[in-house]
Amino acid sequence: MSDAKRFLYVNRKAPYGTIYALESLEVVLIGAAFEQDVSLAFLDDGVYQLTKGQQTDELGVKNFSPTYKALGDYDVNKIYVEKESLEERGLTLDDLLPLTYEDEDDDWAEKDSIRLVSAAELAEIMEAQDVVLSF
Amino acid sequence: MLHIVNKSPLERNALESCIKHAVKGSAVLLIEDGVYGAMQGTSKASMVETAMKEDISFYVMGADLKARGIDEARVIDGMTVTDYNGFVDLVAEYDKTQSWL
Amino acid sequence: MKFSVLVSEGPYTHEAADSAYNFTKAALEKGHEIFRVFFYHDGVNNGTRLTTPPQDDRNIVNRWSELAQEHGVDLVLCVAAAQRRGIADPDEAKRNGKDADNIAPGFRISGLGQLIEAGIESDRLVTFGD
Repeated sequence: MSDAKRFLYVNRKAPYGTIYALESLEVVLIGAAFEQDVSLAFLDDGVYQLTKGQQTDELGVKNFSPTYKALGDYDVNKIYVEKESLEERGLTLDDLLPLTYEDEDDDWAEKDSIRLVSAAELAEIMEAQDVVLSF
Repeated sequence: MLHIVNKSPLERNALESCIKHAVKGSAVLLIEDGVYGAMQGTSKASMVETAMKEDISFYVMGADLKARGIDEARVIDGMTVTDYNGFVDLVAEYDKTQSWL
Repeated sequence: MKFSVLVSEGPYTHEAADSAYNFTKAALEKGHEIFRVFFYHDGVNNGTRLTTPPQDDRNIVNRWSELAQEHGVDLVLCVAAAQRRGIADPDEAKRNGKDADNIAPGFRISGLGQLIEAGIESDRLVTFGD
């Protein structure tokens, strides 16, 4: 098999108002089986997808936010969240789900999957990818 | 990277976000409603003009300009009007694409 | 070069289906190979054979079917998205207890893995959406 490609999934939309957040997560989960080098980027309103405390019973739609917590088990642990996008929305890291993974190269130590990056850093990360998928 | 923006900069923040994340040497192609971002004299034109000075090349889809009745003379100076053949060539030329939806 | 295309919106409501088609056609005319056109989200609605658009306007579904027929383009509708939106082939209809299928000629229904594969196998992947 050829070298793994660097896949970046870009999320810029809020959850629930449209289906893109949910359906893009489905791509990530299926894609995990292909053993490529996967990263996720959350910027602009996409950062809202990762906020804690989502309760959808009254609305009558499925709460899919617990699925983000499973990403670590699928070897998806490069989750880039843009600082400026959080700041513009009055959010901090504390408002976000604690996403973690177990690092097999470090005695399965539990580590944070979320990496806070600036827009400039995210631009470089985007440029370094092979395939960029937007939803 | 070739960035593709298909929404008007006055409707969505896609063009602004795209420009914030485009490194020097990138290209931005405006298609569909994104072509309104190519017009001179909008409140977003200076954002585009500044990006052009930062070594980001801008292209705009002629077919979408024509559909919307936008005269090419109203396109920001330095922006290249292209067609679908040009679009294909741009995709081939840049190592990957990113659509700002 | 080998290109793949992702179509994320349905016909007519968004320009995405037109832009995707025009791009795909131009790429073929320039001698590039289209590895796959993958339809996701409402894009699966490009694959219903039940549309009857006005006669004086383009027939988006038929145009895709013609690309499949004339150039062998692989048109794939995501199964999960298709199930949500009611696009089915005979097998899917039977499997899910539906009394009809509606898939247009030239399209096939398959999993999201086909999109990932398109990203892996193609030189370029272009997304058309909202």
